Amino acid sequence: MAGKLMLEVVTPDGSVVSDEAQIVVAPGAYGEFGVLPGHTTFLTTLKIGMLRYNDQGGNERLVFVNGGFAEVMLNKVTVLAESADRRRDIDVERAKAALKRAQERLPEGARREDVDFRRAQVALQRALARVRIAETK
Amino acid sequence: MATLKDIERKIGAVKKTQKITKAMNMVAASKLSRAQENMEAFRPYADKFAQVLGSLAERIEADEEHAPPLLVPREEVKTVDLVLMTSDRGLCGSFNTNLIATAEKFLKEKADEDIETRLICMGRKGRDYFRRRKYNILSDHIGIVGARFGFNVAVTTGQGLIDSFLGGETDEVHMLFSEFVSMARQVPTLKRLLPIAGVEKVEQTQEAEQVGYVPEHICEPSAEELMGEMLPKHVYVQIFSALLETSTSEHAARMAAMDNATSNCADMITSLTLIYNKARQAAITAELMDIVGGAEALKG
Repeated sequence: MAGKLMLEVVTPDGSVVSDEAQIVVAPGAYGEFGVLPGHTTFLTTLKIGMLRYNDQGGNERLVFVNGGFAEVMLNKVTVLAESADRRRDIDVERAKAALKRAQERLPEGARREDVDFRRAQVALQRALARVRIAETK
Repeated sequence: MATLKDIERKIGAVKKTQKITKAMNMVAASKLSRAQENMEAFRPYADKFAQVLGSLAERIEADEEHAPPLLVPREEVKTVDLVLMTSDRGLCGSFNTNLIATAEKFLKEKADEDIETRLICMGRKGRDYFRRRKYNILSDHIGIVGARFGFNVAVTTGQGLIDSFLGGETDEVHMLFSEFVSMARQVPTLKRLLPIAGVEKVEQTQEAEQVGYVPEHICEPSAEELMGEMLPKHVYVQIFSALLETSTSEHAARMAAMDNATSNCADMITSLTLIYNKARQAAITAELMDIVGGAEALKG
């Protein structure tokens, strides 16, 4: 093993996670990818979704990331997201309400080019990801 | 001449004003510390972002033909948009006046060059000023500067600007905000948002220097595509940071203004008290003279 892996999740409102990890799995633009200590330098955009990592104690931690990108460099994973929540910080009621709202808005907007349609789609993705994370045991 | 009663009333009024300015000073102080915290919290993101963008820019060769459209200056500039950030509320000294004066100078320069100007106003003071003077205001956003706002504000605004730039409605976008230099100094600063003025290239990070090599990223998608994703975000980051700076500046300016007002009130109370005491003394003397005069007259 090539030492420890540092995980840092930074948003414009401050740092959300700053922790040592054994493994980090993140939703990359081309699919989920995993990072172990000693990973080569790597830069990618992220999709809206779930970031997983195992902390030093081996506990699995889940973090919601709202897009952004990730950089792996010298055993350090830096995630820059416009927003991010740890699982315990997710407001499930709010996410569910947002999910319902997005679902109601989507079927009417048949025009796929519509800005509102795109917006609703993104909102739906966000809400879905949040709910899924919150409900993972 | 002012009677004793008048002076007394005046002192009372000034004291009340002083209480208000003092309270406003304290409110501004607490808002200022929160604004500074927000700025602090944003810094790691901004730094890291600049670093990643810089190292990407380093790797992409300057290719005139395939440069991302957000970077390409227009040959002929016909329309210029200005994002003007001011506060929503007054009573903060020359804060808004300075910003508005700078904006007016900028707009005049552009008008002299026969360039059409459009305004995007963040903050009520700037909007009201330019609306009264019938400037072309594209949109206005109230209740952001000086309040609690999230990154999404910057994203929405930035998206609008980028769309109108790419759509050819505008050829340049500038931004005027108040840079927070120190508690005592806030400088109106003009920055060109679009086309992006060129990204500072970062060659080696400190960490990399310690290890002794420049890490070459594997990029997913390609470096060019990543750049395309990041450039709009670069604009959002700039807008957000300008909003934070302007908010912090506003509170600092208000704090200073209210501090001044409070001490002016104190000065005024001192001088009014002096006048009051003199007037009271004069009244007593006059009364005494009357009494003595009356007694003298009775005696004689």
